[in-house]
Amino acid sequence: MSKEQILSSDGIPLEQSLKKAERKNKLKAVLLVAPLFLFILIIYVFPIGDMLFRSVDDRMITKMLPKTYTAIEKWDGKDLPDEQVYEALYQDLAYLKETKTYGKIIARLNYEKGGFSSLIKKTVRKLGKFEEGDYKTQFIKVHKRWGQNDYLVALKNTAPNWTYAKYLKGVDLKKDKDGNIVQQPEDRRIHKILWMRTLNVAFWVTIFCFILAYPISHLLATLPMKYSNLLMICVLLPFWTSLLVRTSSWMVLLQQQGPINDLIVWIGLAADDNRPELMYNVIGTFVAMTQILLPFMVLPLYSVMKTISPSLMRAGKSLGGTPLVSFVKIYFPLTIPGIGAGCLLVFILAIGYYITPALVGGASGSLISNTIAYHMKSSLDWAFASALGTMLLVGVLAIYWIYNKLVGIDNIKLG
Amino acid sequence: MALPNHTPLNYRIWHYVYLTFCGFVFFFLIAPLFVILPLSFNAEQYIHFSAKMLALDPEGFSLRWYEDMIYGTKNPWGLATKNSLFIAFFATIGSTILGTVAALGLSSRHMPYKAAFMALLISPMIVPLIISGTAIFFFMAKVGLAATHTGIILSHIILGTPFVVITVTATLSGFDHSVTRAAASLGSNPVNTFMKITLPLIMPGVISGALFAFVTSFDEVVVVLFLAGLENTTIPIQMWVGLREQLSPTIMAVATCLIVMSTLILVTAELLRRRSERLRGINR
Repeated sequence: MSKEQILSSDGIPLEQSLKKAERKNKLKAVLLVAPLFLFILIIYVFPIGDMLFRSVDDRMITKMLPKTYTAIEKWDGKDLPDEQVYEALYQDLAYLKETKTYGKIIARLNYEKGGFSSLIKKTVRKLGKFEEGDYKTQFIKVHKRWGQNDYLVALKNTAPNWTYAKYLKGVDLKKDKDGNIVQQPEDRRIHKILWMRTLNVAFWVTIFCFILAYPISHLLATLPMKYSNLLMICVLLPFWTSLLVRTSSWMVLLQQQGPINDLIVWIGLAADDNRPELMYNVIGTFVAMTQILLPFMVLPLYSVMKTISPSLMRAGKSLGGTPLVSFVKIYFPLTIPGIGAGCLLVFILAIGYYITPALVGGASGSLISNTIAYHMKSSLDWAFASALGTMLLVGVLAIYWIYNKLVGIDNIKLG
Repeated sequence: MALPNHTPLNYRIWHYVYLTFCGFVFFFLIAPLFVILPLSFNAEQYIHFSAKMLALDPEGFSLRWYEDMIYGTKNPWGLATKNSLFIAFFATIGSTILGTVAALGLSSRHMPYKAAFMALLISPMIVPLIISGTAIFFFMAKVGLAATHTGIILSHIILGTPFVVITVTATLSGFDHSVTRAAASLGSNPVNTFMKITLPLIMPGVISGALFAFVTSFDEVVVVLFLAGLENTTIPIQMWVGLREQLSPTIMAVATCLIVMSTLILVTAELLRRRSERLRGINR
């Protein structure tokens, strides 16, 4: 028995016209999101992709010494390469000398093996005196390092277009000349310390924020509206105030002749001529970051606690629970979503913090972001900055993903 | 909070310990901001409370650092203020329009892959600024927009939109869609309905999103630090430069002005939030 089809007024089956309307609505919603989506895709997502690309890109040197790499490809790396390689190298270097662009390869090769800098410079200088034929002997005559296998192996090792060397460097590892992954020499192992310090600071700042925020969020959520609104200003005013203003107020407070040190001396914890260093070290970073990130912990906790009915605690007490038992068994479990949201948010923000550690942290309180900024602005090793950035990004996105699973990104509350 | 008379002593003690602790935390949150205010009126060159100031002697106070801020010879603050306002103004407009339109789409129940889109559109708020700054710098350098106002405005639009998307979707979550259907049944076209019905109702959310976007742009240092040339300097950049050299009373004066500004913004945002809650209450 076939079901009778319901028709809409214009004679089209109802089901069909409903589906059409549904499609139209869907298209409308997508079109509304499209402008921002495309904007973010082009100016944000692609550039981040480009950053990932830069961190592994090693084509510059291959492009600058094209003939050499074609020739050296066949070389097995055991005995010295034959004439062909030296001739190719001569032609490449001659071209670079002519266009005055050999500076770039010096930096890259010197990174692969120390000593290349003087080697290339000297060779380029003497290049004009080269005669045609038997380049191998002439090269070795200019500098004996051209006759050492180590340098030519290092040259060959830079041939691949892609490299993960920057990532190895980011965790204090490197490749030795045989291609094994080994630790950096002791005095160069600085990045592991930085990563550990960053995690450490982010972790403890999160814990401090939690300890400070939990009681005041509870107070804000349980006080009558007119008092809590007033106290809420204490949370919201710092939240809306410029980060640099808040950081500078900590610089005032923590400086050696500042009010906090005055207080310490006045109490008698330290002598006037022996004031403790509260700033330009990890203490400054901890204190300032905790205060600056505290509102991000209070707001999610508050919004969760606000929804917990006070009658639940009363019910717990009326059933014979002491205040402590009622708190542990009833109140605390209900606030866990807020705790998760606040802690993840503060941790994410803390792990990538740059301005505050840069200003109050000094050398011993600087974090991984400061190193990224250093390589972007001072050492100009953009590939390495990109690699560190990518590693940090992966960590943050992992936490973001957990946050999204646990809290739902659309549940972020602002003010 | 007064305790009932029959409260046992140990609970009483706990209660006062709790209140004292809360008092300490509120102090910790707000007090650092108030250190700045008196120091900006310091008559001396040094950033600490002089004996005259502590004795409330009028001679210990002066407006000379405000004068220096406005009329100082090597005055970077005029240009910085102009740039900051210019950039923040256009970034706010861009973020607000793009964010509001996207929030309308995201709030529609017909939107496919809502959670994934939301996560992507919010991500500029989550990704550390240093990474955003690095990536955006590479891009702007490639397309020739480094050290231009346009480049900075575009990147601030990116950083500001998440706030607009969040506040507007939050407002729309309490939105009664039958009013737009009523408008449509009375013959209004979608654009007209949006301008006359939807927009006025979600206005508090839009404005508070715009305030967030404005503050984000006005306060942003890291991306500008990468992108800006000398011509594009902003207030936060000047503060950053100043703080790296040494604390000066002029910076305290600038900071005081910024605190006054953020207080005004906070009051506006609070009033809007209450209005929005009231409007949504009526809708229910």
